[in-house]
Amino acid sequence: MENFIIIPFTVGLIYLTLVLIYRFVKWVRGLSKLDKLRLVQSFKIRRMLRSLKEVFYEGLLHRKIFRKNPVLGYMHMSLAFGWFLLIVLGHIEVMAARRSLLVPFYLPVFFRYFETGTTFFASGIFSFLMDFFLLIVLSGVALAMLKRFKKQLFGMKKTTRLKTGDRMALTSLWLIFPLRLLAEGMSAELYGNGSFLTSSVGHIIGSFSSESTNLVLWTAYSCALGFFFAALPNSRYMHIPTEVLLIFVRNAGIRLKKRNNTYTDIQVFSCSRCGLCLDNCQMAAAGINHAQSVYILKNIRNNNLTDEQLFNCLLCGKCEVDCPVGINTIDLRITQRIESTLQYNSSYNYLEDLPARKASTIYFAGCMTHLTPGIIASMKTLFHMAGENVWFMDEEKAPCCGRPLMLAGQHDAASKLIVNNTRKILGSGAKTLVVSCPICYKVFREDYELGNVEVLFHAEYISRLIREQIILPGKTTTRIVYHDPCELGRGMGMFEPPREVLRATGKVIPVKNEKQMAHCCGGSLGNLKISQQERAVLRNQAVKDYQQYLPDVLATACPLCKKTFARHRGIEVMDIAEIVVSSIRKSAEVVPVKASVKEEAFAEELV
Amino acid sequence: MEDFSFLNPGSRQIDFDNFDDRLLLYVLEYEPSFVTCISCGGCTATCSAGNLTNFNVRKIGLWLRRGETEKLSQEIEKCMFCGKCTLVCPRDINIRNVILLIKKRISELKTENQPV
Repeated sequence: MENFIIIPFTVGLIYLTLVLIYRFVKWVRGLSKLDKLRLVQSFKIRRMLRSLKEVFYEGLLHRKIFRKNPVLGYMHMSLAFGWFLLIVLGHIEVMAARRSLLVPFYLPVFFRYFETGTTFFASGIFSFLMDFFLLIVLSGVALAMLKRFKKQLFGMKKTTRLKTGDRMALTSLWLIFPLRLLAEGMSAELYGNGSFLTSSVGHIIGSFSSESTNLVLWTAYSCALGFFFAALPNSRYMHIPTEVLLIFVRNAGIRLKKRNNTYTDIQVFSCSRCGLCLDNCQMAAAGINHAQSVYILKNIRNNNLTDEQLFNCLLCGKCEVDCPVGINTIDLRITQRIESTLQYNSSYNYLEDLPARKASTIYFAGCMTHLTPGIIASMKTLFHMAGENVWFMDEEKAPCCGRPLMLAGQHDAASKLIVNNTRKILGSGAKTLVVSCPICYKVFREDYELGNVEVLFHAEYISRLIREQIILPGKTTTRIVYHDPCELGRGMGMFEPPREVLRATGKVIPVKNEKQMAHCCGGSLGNLKISQQERAVLRNQAVKDYQQYLPDVLATACPLCKKTFARHRGIEVMDIAEIVVSSIRKSAEVVPVKASVKEEAFAEELV
Repeated sequence: MEDFSFLNPGSRQIDFDNFDDRLLLYVLEYEPSFVTCISCGGCTATCSAGNLTNFNVRKIGLWLRRGETEKLSQEIEKCMFCGKCTLVCPRDINIRNVILLIKKRISELKTENQPV
């Protein structure tokens, strides 16, 4: 009996199963008690169905990759979904042939070898479908080979550098299906059990056909399968089983909470190193090609992450947008930074509890706004027009909001500043906190516990004033291109309020790279390693892109973006607050408006 | 009152045999731009932490060059990482990274039980 051909396949499969069981059990056990409870709670029919749907759409059909590029999507779908159908249909075929639900696990794989010539119910249809799906998978393999040489056809500029384990798994994966085709073709020629594809291949190689070549081909096929299974746990193909677990764990609501746990591992092993994040990363333009998310994930997995890589990231979040697996690269990296800087968090013992002033509204400008006095002056004018009782909290003395420390991974140190600021904000009895810096806005919204105090970004505040007709900006024909700050747009999901404000003052021109795909200005506080020269490269790249649309003014809602762009001489850059105030002034000169408003508009001119 | 040590300045002589360059070499290795510092003090003028307490970024640079590891380990704690110094630096030095490197190296020295 030539049963030994199943040995390589079986050994590989058993090894893979054992490794997967070991890792999955380790990961689930490593979750915190609360997270485990969440996971158990999520085993309800509706949530399970939702997760299964996601597994089907993302794990098999690869919908997100289709959206990015149809050819790339087809390549992934044909391999994943085609192979999946081959396995499922193969089992059904064997069940139909044996008239039993219990069939040996290896039989569907080597069916054409063991079942020679028997016909059974719908055997013709089965063999046609099996050939058809094999053709689809083979087309995927062909595309994958083509992609290695011509990745531009797949809409990709770069792919990841492979390591040895990946190469071994990749080669065996590429060999599996051509070998299956040859083996099935040979069997079809010998026993006549093939369909359109395998029979024709059998005819072509007919002159070599013999029982012994047939055996050799099937053994080679078995070896390729076994080798792939054995190589899978130590290669990037580990993402195939891990992604399924990730989807269930993520849909249970489990997130990273400032510290590493096994959810980090699940995400790390889910990375397929497809390289879609590489094309989105702007840093390559500045010649930084070692610190992108895919390499960070790889280095966490291999335990060789260096600070130079970890801190060399703008944390702009562009890589997260296109990740087909949906890995939270930003959370992951910040958590990694927190872990690496645990030893040196400051205590800030010098912070004093300065008295809070009673007011209905607090304005927190933030460190960055203090470097752009134009924004502060505009905000003061707006507050004055609105007749607001405002306490300018950090006009003279106040600690930083804590976000820059968070970005540098110093979470414990940041919480010291947060406590100090929180006490003051609550002490003033204010109902509203207005901030004009997205960096501060993010930390106030996410990490402060301010009770009933409403945190407003200045764009929201201004658009409210405009809606209530407290301020009357005049609409002109100024062409405005709006630059989405990373922390505000991708970071907080706020895209519309700044545009609403700008639409009241001029013509907002839509650009190609905006909202989710907006550029980073290059000034990001997230990156501690990038040099000013490299930052300038990124900034020039962004400005060049915006200049195509011939804007009169480049608008932004972030003092740091403004400061960064202002160093470029070719473009005028203004914050939305400044644009609104100047538009009010212009319209007050031309159009007769309420005398009081006009008067107030000029009263604050000297600030 | 501020102690300027005018009356008892102590010895200012630098002994090159005992010069402690552990931090300086580490910083220069990973942030070579620090070598271009002209001690202009722009960083100190804009510093958010310096506005709240007696903290001087320029002095950090000076002490780094003089190898005053012990003083640095106390003083460096005060920085809030807001990044204003980096933005105003006329020599485009990545000061935020310099501070991070000093903090990291000091904590490494402490865990290695070396004198700080």
